[in-house]
Amino acid sequence: MARRARLPQTETMTDKIKKATRHTNQNEGLIFEKSSPGKRAFELPPLDVPAADPAKALGPVHRREGVEGFPEVSEIEVIRHFTRLSTWNYAIDLGMYPLGSCTMKYNPRVNEFVARLDGIATEHPYQPQELSQGCFKILHLLEKCLLEITGMDAVTLQPAAGAQGELTGLLLIRAYHEKNGNPRKKVLIPDSAHGTNPATAVIAGYEVENIKSESHGQIDVDKLRDLVTPDVAALMITNPSTLGIFEERIPEIAEILHAKGALLYMDGANMNALTGITRPGDLGVDVMHLNLHKTFSTPHGGGGPGAGPVAMKKILEPFRPVPILVEKEAGRLALEQIRPDSIGRVKAFSGNFGVLVRALAYILAYGPGVRQATEDAVLNANYIRKHLEGVFDLPYSLPSMHEVVFSDALQKKNGVNTMDIAKRLIDYGFHPYTTAFPLIVPGALMIEPTESESREECDLFIDAMRSIAAEAAANPDLVKSAPHTTRVRRLDEVGAARKPILRWKPQASRTEAAG
Amino acid sequence: MRYLPKSPAERQDMLAAIGAKSIDDLFSTIPERYRLREALNLPGPLSETEVIDYFKARAAENSGGYTSFLGAGVYNHLRSVVTDAIIQRGEFLTSYTPYQAEITQGTLQAIFEFQTLMCQLTGQEVANASMYDGSTATTEAVLMAERLTGRSRVLVARSLHPEYRDVLKTYAKNSGLHVEEIGYSANGTLDQKALQAALKNDVAAVVVQSPNFFGVIESLPPLADTTHSSGALLVAAITEGVSLGVMRPPAEADIVAMEAQSFGLAPSYGGPFAGVIASRDKFVRQMPGRLAGQTTDSEGRRGFVLTLATREQHIRREKATSNICTNQALCALAATVHLTLLGKEGLREMAHQNLSKAQFALAELEKIRGVRRAFDAPFFNEFTIELPRSVKIVNAYLQREKIIGPYVLGTTYPELTKHALVCVTETTPRAEIERFAAALRRALEQPL
Amino acid sequence: MAYPTNYRYTKEHEWVDVKGDVAAIGITDYAQHELGDVVFVELPKVGSKIEAGKTFGTVESVKAVSDIYAPASGEVVEANEVLHNTPEKINTDPHGAGWLIKVRLANSAEIKNLMDAAAYEAYIASQSKEASA
Repeated sequence: MARRARLPQTETMTDKIKKATRHTNQNEGLIFEKSSPGKRAFELPPLDVPAADPAKALGPVHRREGVEGFPEVSEIEVIRHFTRLSTWNYAIDLGMYPLGSCTMKYNPRVNEFVARLDGIATEHPYQPQELSQGCFKILHLLEKCLLEITGMDAVTLQPAAGAQGELTGLLLIRAYHEKNGNPRKKVLIPDSAHGTNPATAVIAGYEVENIKSESHGQIDVDKLRDLVTPDVAALMITNPSTLGIFEERIPEIAEILHAKGALLYMDGANMNALTGITRPGDLGVDVMHLNLHKTFSTPHGGGGPGAGPVAMKKILEPFRPVPILVEKEAGRLALEQIRPDSIGRVKAFSGNFGVLVRALAYILAYGPGVRQATEDAVLNANYIRKHLEGVFDLPYSLPSMHEVVFSDALQKKNGVNTMDIAKRLIDYGFHPYTTAFPLIVPGALMIEPTESESREECDLFIDAMRSIAAEAAANPDLVKSAPHTTRVRRLDEVGAARKPILRWKPQASRTEAAG
Repeated sequence: MRYLPKSPAERQDMLAAIGAKSIDDLFSTIPERYRLREALNLPGPLSETEVIDYFKARAAENSGGYTSFLGAGVYNHLRSVVTDAIIQRGEFLTSYTPYQAEITQGTLQAIFEFQTLMCQLTGQEVANASMYDGSTATTEAVLMAERLTGRSRVLVARSLHPEYRDVLKTYAKNSGLHVEEIGYSANGTLDQKALQAALKNDVAAVVVQSPNFFGVIESLPPLADTTHSSGALLVAAITEGVSLGVMRPPAEADIVAMEAQSFGLAPSYGGPFAGVIASRDKFVRQMPGRLAGQTTDSEGRRGFVLTLATREQHIRREKATSNICTNQALCALAATVHLTLLGKEGLREMAHQNLSKAQFALAELEKIRGVRRAFDAPFFNEFTIELPRSVKIVNAYLQREKIIGPYVLGTTYPELTKHALVCVTETTPRAEIERFAAALRRALEQPL
Repeated sequence: MAYPTNYRYTKEHEWVDVKGDVAAIGITDYAQHELGDVVFVELPKVGSKIEAGKTFGTVESVKAVSDIYAPASGEVVEANEVLHNTPEKINTDPHGAGWLIKVRLANSAEIKNLMDAAAYEAYIASQSKEASA
């Protein structure tokens, strides 16, 4: 990895950058490097029963010493350690994430509060059902809301994330076809799809057949007609597509599939463009997953937890994962474990309950007015598109919904690519947009502001992008060697993959502590 | 609406800037007949106070005021308030997956520390940044063994958590795996003779849980030897990680699948938790899930990045080791903070308290006429007792005394008709253990 | 980088260098350039059989993994162990020290169907044109 020249201060933090300023932040090493025997950060209340003799109780499995290498630090060191680390992160609470397909919207704090309530956070999944009616009511109401939003007939809240939701959806499809005598062999997936789609299809035991998008980036419906054979179990569609464009012919696509006995699966990652405006169930979708950590505001937390409920039409209901929530007499709710045709469980217990609580809190806060969020999301995306058209190449010009995809074709002429522009955007105080996805747009810049961005934040983003485009023309090296203002510069990913160091070890030689 | 930072005037301005007359223009690509004319029929809108009131009302309909003796894969442990103080920081809570390493060093370093702690706990060489939970981690560990050995038979202990076995079955159906159960012997440990008999050189993995679902601790070294002699891999599942504070780690296992809920995560009616896969360095390229690796930047500073990403779905697509994308990062962070707070001594002490309380509880229960200890083997904080009558009926009595009784083993093990799985942790006060024993005695004295 | 005239080439960007009935196989300069810095190589065991047109291993960079297709059938007699510690040789010397495996050919006639250096260079020139179209 070649060393890049450090450019003078004046060139890296220009007065064009309005959103961010350099600021000193604290260095911090690994917690193991602060460890010293005898320090404690947490004390337990004294033992109120006779002390067991572990050697006697456990025999040869007894571990005499504590876990070797475990940190020994004080409470303040723990607070400082993690607080300092946190200050090295960008976050929604700091500003926009224009990440396409991620829907990085505001994570309401009341959601965190209610998820932590005594009586919500404290419940055990095996406690008596009579003592869990509160939990069941939450699940039941969330189910009803998601059905209303999606226009479907049944839903499972069990999958832990979108990818698991996709798997569940495909397993439902498989079970349905098996019940009809033939599981079929293939799943059709557009080349613009998210990577989880083909990965999931394979895990579900299907072959993947890619369909190339047509010239407008949409599914090629005429080609589809030929591709749908009796071997095809389903088509996995994302709508709007990963280009942010509504698949106008989706009802026709559904008909083509249904005519051959195949089903339409919808990846619901882009639901933020549809909620309250239209319903996938009405469009002909048979089964879909939702990403609660996208559309429904549950926090990303650095990579999860999420939840990926799957909503489906009646025909797939018998195959739902168990347990199933049912209404009994007098408003009582119960979880039933037995369903003869169920695909089984995809996860222990009842799904990511704490995440489901947060999603319900979000829906309750909006109520029927949730349409406004969708409208603002689409408004923001189009506003940004309007101001960046002509500055960046727009490969597909059909109307955008909640996200817009540009390419780096114009900037490539000076050797500046989407990754470089993204890194320079960091100096302007933003998190990068999604780079290099979808695969059908070489050098893609995928931008989704969400409804959480004010006009001011959108304008700052537009200014930043325009400024970087100008830099790419006049001073490409500045962009190519970005970011300049972060704690660390670009990191050696090649070295990390060639000689992986995946844990701290006591004798490992250390470079200077971070900073 | 309080989450939307726009005034009506601003919306108008922005529409004008776009050249649209109304917001409906921006939805023109949706065919007319599919556009909703009416608002969705959803409850709300609720103010913040009303949202809180709604959930408080639900909380009041749950198990408040009861003392629980349930474990069975989800455990009540002490949690420091410091953990929430950290994970509630917006920079952790609302941050994205650390694909842009320069502005996510906080998350990445914390993941690196998590991976280290998991290795130290399990005695393995490398650990990932989390899976959804213990049940999917166990399943993914089995799929990993399948890839590594090229074999498709899996022998699973019947004493592996019933729901873990269910999840494995769901995934196995579609991946050509043949899963067979190996029973348990009279003392509750894995039936080694049955294992020997079933092991041929077409077995990819042997899956064992320790402490197992009955609370019984398995002896792994002989199981590992037997497993390895046929070229299979040993997968050790752990549902109660606190046990590692006072027990030797499963270093003989080739792959460890652990549930980290016991490390600072509230029971939360079953989720979100965090699973971990830990294994040998030589297997790392077949390991699913994210990995944070140490590296340097262009100026020689230490930093961290997500690495070996080519295993994952966003690059490998249909050839990926797993389809996992979003994992349980914030839960793993909570576990990292929690374990750092506990530290070496704290975890050992917590484990010792669990051991002591469970020993005490068993002694108290064995004093009751009719109560019999079921499996004569070492245990940690859960043990199985056999009662002279239906556990369900006994639990109904206990419930009237505001006690949530032990797990009814007959629910998932039909042959264990009158058996109950009792869990006691450091959070169970002595007075409650004694109250439970007294109530159980009275329950057994009730006329049939 | 020049493409050795005595080698043969495939559409999947492998090269073959035949000496007697043993053929050395690697990936071309074009391929290594597309992949970027190589971080890991997965090679078949000595003694295993490879089949023309089927994959026999992978070459992995930070951003992508490429399957390597067998240009001809045969038995693996040698695998380039050096690549385990220094996979970067594939980038620096793809046609020489970056060789992947040596194979005893089952049917040396299969080599005749492969492109020569001139045909391969024309092929990659047309690929580049397509990519930037």
